[in-house]
Amino acid sequence: MSAAAPGTPPLTDERLLKTSPLRKLMGRPELGSVVGAVAVFLFFAIFADSFLRASSLATVLYASSTIGIMAVPVALLMIGGEFDLSAGVMVTTSALISSMFSYQMTANVWVGVGVSLLLTLAIGVFNGVMLTRTDPPSFIITLGTFLMLTGMNLGFTKLISGTVSTKSISDMEGFSSAKDVFASTLTIGGVDFKITILWWLALIVVATWILLRTRVGNWIYAVGGGEDAARAVGVPVNKTKIGLYMGVAFGAWISGQHLLFSFDVVQSGEGVGNELIYIIAAVIGGCLITGGYGSAVGAAIGALIFGMTSKGIVFAEWNPDWFKFFLGAMLLLATLLNAWVRKRAEATK
Amino acid sequence: MTETAERTALVELDGVSKYYGNIRALEDVSLVVHAGEISCVLGDNGAGKSTLIKIIAGLHKHDSGSFSIEGEQTRLANPRESLDRGIATVYQDLAVVPLMPVWRNFFLGSELTKGSGPFKRLDVDLMRRTTHAELLRMGIDLRDVDQPIGTLSGGERQCVAIARAVYFGAKVLVLDEPTAALGVKQSGVVLKYVAAARDAGLGVVLITHNPHHAYLVGNRFVLLKRGAMFGSYARDEITLDELTRQMAGGSELDDLRHELEGRDAP
Repeated sequence: MSAAAPGTPPLTDERLLKTSPLRKLMGRPELGSVVGAVAVFLFFAIFADSFLRASSLATVLYASSTIGIMAVPVALLMIGGEFDLSAGVMVTTSALISSMFSYQMTANVWVGVGVSLLLTLAIGVFNGVMLTRTDPPSFIITLGTFLMLTGMNLGFTKLISGTVSTKSISDMEGFSSAKDVFASTLTIGGVDFKITILWWLALIVVATWILLRTRVGNWIYAVGGGEDAARAVGVPVNKTKIGLYMGVAFGAWISGQHLLFSFDVVQSGEGVGNELIYIIAAVIGGCLITGGYGSAVGAAIGALIFGMTSKGIVFAEWNPDWFKFFLGAMLLLATLLNAWVRKRAEATK
Repeated sequence: MTETAERTALVELDGVSKYYGNIRALEDVSLVVHAGEISCVLGDNGAGKSTLIKIIAGLHKHDSGSFSIEGEQTRLANPRESLDRGIATVYQDLAVVPLMPVWRNFFLGSELTKGSGPFKRLDVDLMRRTTHAELLRMGIDLRDVDQPIGTLSGGERQCVAIARAVYFGAKVLVLDEPTAALGVKQSGVVLKYVAAARDAGLGVVLITHNPHHAYLVGNRFVLLKRGAMFGSYARDEITLDELTRQMAGGSELDDLRHELEGRDAP
């Protein structure tokens, strides 16, 4: 490095030693969710007898992964300062497209799966372009997409198959190989793990890599944390946002294919309300509602808390009505913690 | 105003005017910026300072007069072109993203990478070290380049933005009221870095409404009032007192004094 003068001191400054490891840890966005996850785990380990069994944990991981596959890209979008309320029904849309296109147009389900990928990504592009070309907040834009998709899911399904669900495609060519990819079960040490867990882990790794080690990641944080400042130094703000919406669409495609190939038929009314679950998982995982702060790992842990709570209540043989209460309390706690983090980070000395 | 004949000015505005419809935003304003010098633009709110910045930064096109960069007549199309020609504009509030670490802010939009293909990644270590070294060169000794830039003081944030402009090869630095929101001590810190940028050979345009700050570092002073230039001085042509008097409104201030004294005390 030519710029470094001979007298340049090393990066580690003697004053840095005074920063305690605890203080460093407090600066991580995942902190709240890790503490929460440990607490929830211990809670159910004590109160639900069957919770610690390997098969139970596999069930918990499966439940977490189905939420986590969406929570991770939704978290990236939130770090970029935007919401996507259409994320929940987009999963159903993606599954419906594969199923109906395969059934009506071709003999091989993989063609439908490919068409579904393209069309779902196009929905993501639509969300992103609508947002960046016009003024209203993403909340309103994607609320519109949400309603449109909800209507189209039901309308098209009834129009084409005459009922609210799709026809079975299990006897079609390519079904078993597609099931292997999206909905198979791997047996490790006598315990059955769903393949969605692998998809989830892969998404966490890729998202974390993008966020922390690529230029795009830098832009995502900047776009969410200070859009005008980012634009002033030449960051392609609009492209970044459109890309983030495409990321959510990609997650919806994976989730949708899992839905289709594990149940063979798709109920066209499904998915409504799930968008909030993804957002809650991201917030519990430390993403700021206002953007510019958060992590993919945090969102994944948020999804894990979800999975542990929803299944833990079943294992403890409690009334599942309490699940929502739990979730609400968790969300409030996470939000308070986030508010405190933001105040600390933005405080001027 | 005396011109050094053998030196080409980095930026020269001559009789520049700008109208928004039938509103005169700027009329017949001239400004010269040389390398290693600080040209101050002084004026009250609404004097046309922002319009002047926007012309130099490429956000607006001037309607008449000439605008030359390094002797070449030009009319900038957009902010990117201005940046590419070596003019960096540091806005008072647009400078940084508060929640991001200092080093990420420093390289935002021009990140350094290593590797290729899918493994192309940020050269985090080099960026951290460069940020630390560059800030140190400007006299800012940061404890930790990983801290969110929002935890720095307003003055330090301005300084990081200035250091960034210097590092990325700016020849001309345009500073929009860098001391406006700052306390006395912090203003001093920022002015020190402005001087450091000048000593590094940059031409600086310092926009301010504070004649004391301007006079501390300025080589030339252009005074704006209601969109028109009502004074342009080299440093040896004017004293601080005279500059202050003119900025404060000169004869208008005397009138105001009479008016206020003429009133009955409540």
